[in-house]
Amino acid sequence: MIEGSPPPLLRMADVHVRLSGSHILQGVDLTVRRGGVTALLGRNGAGKTTTVKSVLGLVPSTGTIEFTGGDGRAHTLSGRRTHDVVRLGIGYAPEDREVFGGLTVAENLTLAERRDSAHHHDRVYELFPELKARSRQLAGTLSGGQQQMVAIARLLLNDNQLLLVDEPTKGLAPLLVAEVADVLARAAEEVTILLVEQNLTVVRRMATDAVVVDQGQVAWTGSAPELLADPDRTRELLGVAPSGGAHA
Amino acid sequence: MSTVVLLTITGLGLAALYFLVASGLSLIFGLMGVLNFAHGAFLTIGSYGTWWAAQNLPGAGATGWGFIYAVAFGVAVGTFVAALIELALIRPLYERHIEQVLVTVGLSLALVALVRAIWGADPRPFPRPEIARGTTSILGANVPNDRFLLIATAVVVLVAVLAFLRFTRFGLVIRAGVENRSMVTALGIDVRKAFTLVFAIGGAFAALAGALGGVYLGSISPGQGTSLLIFAFIVVVIGGMSSITGTAMAAVLVGLVQQFANYYLASGVGDLSVVLLLAMVLLVRPGGLTARVA
Repeated sequence: MIEGSPPPLLRMADVHVRLSGSHILQGVDLTVRRGGVTALLGRNGAGKTTTVKSVLGLVPSTGTIEFTGGDGRAHTLSGRRTHDVVRLGIGYAPEDREVFGGLTVAENLTLAERRDSAHHHDRVYELFPELKARSRQLAGTLSGGQQQMVAIARLLLNDNQLLLVDEPTKGLAPLLVAEVADVLARAAEEVTILLVEQNLTVVRRMATDAVVVDQGQVAWTGSAPELLADPDRTRELLGVAPSGGAHA
Repeated sequence: MSTVVLLTITGLGLAALYFLVASGLSLIFGLMGVLNFAHGAFLTIGSYGTWWAAQNLPGAGATGWGFIYAVAFGVAVGTFVAALIELALIRPLYERHIEQVLVTVGLSLALVALVRAIWGADPRPFPRPEIARGTTSILGANVPNDRFLLIATAVVVLVAVLAFLRFTRFGLVIRAGVENRSMVTALGIDVRKAFTLVFAIGGAFAALAGALGGVYLGSISPGQGTSLLIFAFIVVVIGGMSSITGTAMAAVLVGLVQQFANYYLASGVGDLSVVLLLAMVLLVRPGGLTARVA
């Protein structure tokens, strides 16, 4: 760290995760700087989702995970319970949306209201007017794209400092991919995002920084535009050409 | 005709008892994934707490408001013990299901043994308030009033639970937690508070069932809760494991089948019929009555 520069928002050092006898994360070291979008990239099974889950305490981990919020205080996340981590101002949109299918859209949003935060229902309904029209509909009866809107709306409902967004465009039609990317790009103007994404078109549009994970370790870290401008390196690290919008 | 009426209302009374025990089991399993084998012990605590209070607690008694006071005491003790057990023994074992089963089985044995050590193994006559002593004539059948007391209580509990789940934030957390506990915590919600609350509510309903079961059966004994628990588990499985309305439907089905089989086939066949009913439901709808069919 350069002397005098602000500490990173999130710092992970030598983080290991072992699940069911498998050593999934093998000493992950990464930082997420304040502001902008850090893309967490890598092939399937590289450990991206586990990295995000380890931040939230959804999987048991060893090593150091530290979050330095707006108050300048460093909070150790390792060993904290998930709800305590989230209350620091860390929002999470999981890979498979995980909206509550038996609750209505409105109930999903009410449930997401955190006591420690203001609740921006107007903002989310402005971003996703469709959700307002469907507020009384059971979330389980929504399309995949609409469920993703609910998942992102839950993120934007509260005041957060860091959003952990795991594959928000997975399985969506191209028009919806663009819509989700638009909303996240707008959100990124106000809040830092750690984005797991395999769609490189979305990464190119949004990401300022990139961290590439391979076999449970960080294989590369640096500027996202720089990575995507280097086809050989992108192909070597991700197995796809940077020009491709397809999933890696 | 009068026999059918009597059997139906008696079956519904029994169903009410099963529902009171099974609703707590269902909520606890649905939200926490805990198979609570100690639930029958909460019933025993409720019945003995009510019985003890009716005799010893100033203001409490065997009739009128004194009896309601005694029941409230029994329910309060059941609720307190359930909450204490959740905090002290279940909470340290979250996600360790085998250990939880061992602990709750051990508790069911220990609590019943404790009651037996204090008050003996013999059945004790249970106070019966005036309202439960008489009979009401319906279509030629003289139906004991205690059946109506059980049914009315179960209906009130069912409506109260549904309203609680539908209209309160805790209810919202419980409904969401039944679907996906880890996502509830990922929204910043301390789901452990809901766990304790659900365990306490389950303990309260089981204790209430203990008190009303005493009225229905006329006596209480330490092992009563354990034998009722078996049928409550069957009700929960038939109902779909984590649905309150499913549990209510299953309780009615089990209560009626048991009564009618006992009368029209042979005494004791009712229990066997319930097991057969469980097998049939599981064959046709493996997820229980309220399971969503794909």
